[in-house]
This record gives sequence, structure tokens and C-alpha cells, in this order.
Amino acid sequence: MKGWDAIRGARVMAVLASMVVVGPAFGQPSFAGVWNMTLTEDFPDRLPGPELGDYAGLPLNDSDRARAQSWNATILSLPDYQCRVHPADYANSFADIRMWHEIDTTTQELIAIHIQHFAWNTQRTIWMDGRPHPHEMAEHTSMGFSTGEWVGNTLKVTTTHLKEGWLRRNGVARSDAATVTEHFIRHDNHLTWSVFVQDPKYLEEPFFRNRDYTLSDTGSIGAYPCESVVEVVLPEQGYFPHYLPGENPFLIEYARNHKIPSEAAMGGAKTMYPEYRKRLAQLPTP
Amino acid sequence: MKDCIRAAAIAAMLSAGFCTASLAQAPQNFDAIQIDALQVRDNVYMLVGSGGNITVQVGDDGILLVDTQYAPLSDKIVAAIRKISLKPIYYIVNTHHHGDHTGGNVNLRAAGTTVSGGNMAGAIRDSGVGAAIIAHENVLLRLSSDKSPQALPSGGWPTSTFFGKKKELFFNGEGIEIIHVPAAHTDGDSIVFFRRSDVISAGDVFVTTSFPFIDTASGGSYQGYVAALEKLVDIIIPVYGQDGGTLVIPGHGRISNLGDVLNYREMVIVVGDRIKHMIEAGMTLEQVKAAKPTFDYDPVYGARAGAADRFIEETFETLRSPPGEAQ
Repeated sequence: MKGWDAIRGARVMAVLASMVVVGPAFGQPSFAGVWNMTLTEDFPDRLPGPELGDYAGLPLNDSDRARAQSWNATILSLPDYQCRVHPADYANSFADIRMWHEIDTTTQELIAIHIQHFAWNTQRTIWMDGRPHPHEMAEHTSMGFSTGEWVGNTLKVTTTHLKEGWLRRNGVARSDAATVTEHFIRHDNHLTWSVFVQDPKYLEEPFFRNRDYTLSDTGSIGAYPCESVVEVVLPEQGYFPHYLPGENPFLIEYARNHKIPSEAAMGGAKTMYPEYRKRLAQLPTP
Repeated sequence: MKDCIRAAAIAAMLSAGFCTASLAQAPQNFDAIQIDALQVRDNVYMLVGSGGNITVQVGDDGILLVDTQYAPLSDKIVAAIRKISLKPIYYIVNTHHHGDHTGGNVNLRAAGTTVSGGNMAGAIRDSGVGAAIIAHENVLLRLSSDKSPQALPSGGWPTSTFFGKKKELFFNGEGIEIIHVPAAHTDGDSIVFFRRSDVISAGDVFVTTSFPFIDTASGGSYQGYVAALEKLVDIIIPVYGQDGGTLVIPGHGRISNLGDVLNYREMVIVVGDRIKHMIEAGMTLEQVKAAKPTFDYDPVYGARAGAADRFIEETFETLRSPPGEAQ
């Protein structure tokens, strides 16, 4: 009898040991399911969309600001741009998502966590198996290349290989040199998803964006087909809509409509901090 | 004097390792250079080292290369190719004549072979020696000119040239179009489209690392450069949005897709429009440069000293005096 107890004990130890070895597959929360976006935060910025000339609170540098000021929304009517997706670091601002875990059915180890965004039907893979990021000269995509690790019960994700995208869809660019760090935190049926963007080319300081989701009862998201069509006759060659420096008539609208000083509307790292309110009080509104 | 300025500019580019002139002058420590092979599609690879990217297409028929980087790297390049395939190198395509893309022509041609026979073998005894080098005829003219700083020994000259719009091959189970894009980066540029693999090797009409270098001394022009980018956009079909589908191996930089080419085309057109507007306003070149028309793109494409000013100068020059061929 004692012998059987010893064998049983050894088996328990073996199982426990395997749980230590494959630690990430045990104990951490599952994100599997459909998550509905909670739009109470930043609603005007998210569904209706940001206003032209609104860069307040964005740590963009002078070059990025100049680029945004030349941006012309007409590009969204060009066939090549009609189905341009929101990049991975911006996509969490929109609509519902589905997440699922990919498991090695033999070892039960977590290989990857997948995310499908309703918006543009984009899909991401967060590799959890320890694989390295690709060569720096490998293809960059809208979704980038993501690897994840557990920090306690928080899923920490690092994404590289993002091609140039927009930090905000009113012309504020995020460069292809950006590294994005995300944290997924589950509290019961609520998901907090934070995005931390470091862009050495276009940002003065890292940019932080936070979004909340609620687990869905229905478990479904809609389809999102997009097909490009020619909407207007365009010049055959060398055409790209933009404003010459100083000639964008819409840049003042946001500041004027909301009675915000123009300097603040143009953003920069300083506009992110509470101390800026002192300066704000001294600036004229348009 | 103008030649001196051009020579100085070429020397500056040479030291930057971009679109360089004679390989013999290349002031680099090639011992430290490593050749990395990245798989682009099943049978297409990109070799990254120093100088322009090399495309390697492999299959049952053999090996086709697009461009050859610098001569001192040839042994490493051959070693990298041999890790991919042991088949013979039959073809080398040159996208243009600059030394960072053709410097290894002599060595890599010698490492390959040409299928020869019939009358050809009888009439030309060395017709089977070395790989065939295919390029637009202007590449041959520049590589064989003793007045050209990029000139190569005859063993590095193209052996099969074409004029007109394109040359076609069928190799390793796919059609390959070598498409001439006139008066762009130079007057001898070709982009190479692997039709089944759905990969384009673009040469220096598309790079991800810098503003365009429009070699006006070699027949390049702003208008032709834009037309070449438009040609790439025309060929590329993405899977969705601006991702996937046709992949592009740039002359310098990373493997790209439609979005990357569109972003680059945006920059080239926006900066060109600004310069055009300034020319129409009567501004001089110095005034245009002082106005910094590349300012918003400098963090992305202006890392190399002088790259922005050079792009402005070349654009200004060819917008003021458009070349006939680019139209």
C-alpha cells in the first residue's frame, strides 16, 4: 500500500513539475470570446472620428505636425486607400473583437493568442511560444509582428515590424520605426487594453492609449467586407491630394469650434501634462 | 565645375553605401559585412549585405540573380546562395548600372554558366562561359564606357541587352518580365516582375531607407521616378487593403508591400508638388532648400546626411527642365 502511495505521490510531483515548466498555460486568464467595445471614453474621437486640426494631447514632433497639416481627407476616396486598415496600435479604438487561444493539443502549451477586429476584419497573432522577432529587413505590415508574455495575470505584448500607419485618422502619422507595448488586463468580464507607442521618428515622447471592453453574451461579430472602387476620374499619374504648407483651410476649425487655443490644438508632448493648464489659461482662443 | 560637384556627390554617396559608383573606390570594411538571406516567397529570396539588395530566384532550372552588390562580397554572396540552392547560376539581371548593384558582376558571372550549343557554340567558343547578364542597353553603354566612373571590366558587362519596354524570360516555372522604366533613377532602370511568385525586384526606383537618388547625370529624372513608382503600384495587387499579395524587394531596405510603395510615392509626389509650386513662384534653388520642403519626411527618409538636399536639387533641376523621354 505504501508503495502505491509513493507511486501516486511521484505522479503528482511529475504533474506539478510539468505545470511549473509550462507555467504560462496554467493560471493565467483566458481572453477567449467576443468582446464588445465600451465607447464611453473618447467617443467623438472614436466613431465620428477626430476633427481636422485636432492634435491636442498627442506628443507628436514638429515634423509629424507638419505632415498632419498637409493631410487631405480626399485620399480616403482614392481606390488604393479606401480599404487601408487601422494599424494594430490604433485598431483597438474601434468596434468589437474576437480573441481565441491556440493551444498545442499534445502539450497543452499556449502557442498564440489571436485577435480579430470587426473593423476592417483585420487579424493579429500574438506569439506566446518564445519565437524571436524577424530580421529587421523582413516585411512590415499593418498588424506587425507580436510576441506576448505573462506578467502575473497581465498579458504583455511587444509589437515590431509595423509599417507606417496613422496614430490618429486625421493625418497624424506613426512611423515604421515604432515599437508598441500593450497590456491586456482582465477583471471578471471586463477587459482593459492599453497601448504604449514609442516612435523615435515622429513622437517627442511615448504615446499612451487605453480602451475598455466587456465580454459579449452573443459571441458574434459582424463581417466587414471592403472593396475598392473608382469614385471619381483621377489624373493618371503623379496625383496625391495634399495641402501645400500654410494652405490647409480646415486646421483652425477644431480650435475655433471648441474655443481652444491654437497652440494647444497643435499638440506636442507638453500638451499631455496637467501643468500645461497654466499656459492654456494665458493663451488666446481663436 | 559641375562635374566636380557631381563627383563629390558620388563620393559622398559612396561613403554612405547607397547608389554608389565604382566598386573599386568603395571605402568600406567588407570583412565585417554579413550576407543575410530572407525568404520572400517559396523560391524567391532577398540577400542583404552592403549595397543594393540581391534577389535570388531558385528552382529546378537553376538560379537567377537580380543585381550583385560589391565585388569584395562575392565569395560571401556565393556562399549564401549555396545555402539556398546548389543549382548553377544561369542569369544575372542588372536593374541599373551603379556599382553597388553591379560591382559583383564579374565574379558572380564567373560563378555561373550559360547553356550554349548549335551555331552559337561553334562560332563563339566562350559562349557557355559564365552566367548571362541581362540589362537595358543603357546599362551596357555606361558599364563599358571608359568615361564612366562606374565602368567595369568586360567580364562584368551585360551579355544580353534590350531596348523598348521589356524583355521576357520563362525560368523556374514562371514568367519573368524585365520592365524598363525610362529616365527614373537612371536612364537604364529595369524592374523585374516574377509573375507566379508575385514578387517585384524594384532596383533603386523604390527604396525604404532614404529619399530618392535621381541620378540626373545618368539620365534620371523626377518625372520618370514618379512614373516608375506608378508602374509598381499598377502591378501590385494586395490581399486586402494595402497588405500582402505582391511583395516588393526594394533597391535598399526591407521587403515591402503596396502600403510601403504608396507611402513612398506619397512622399515623392508631395515634395515634388511643393518644389513645383516654389519654382512657379520664382524661387531659386537656394530659397527652395531653405524652405525645407522635405521637413515632414526628414525623420523617415533623411537619416543620411545630404540626402534631402540632394533630392531637392535633383527634383528642382528636372522639374525646371523636364526630360523628353520621361513623358
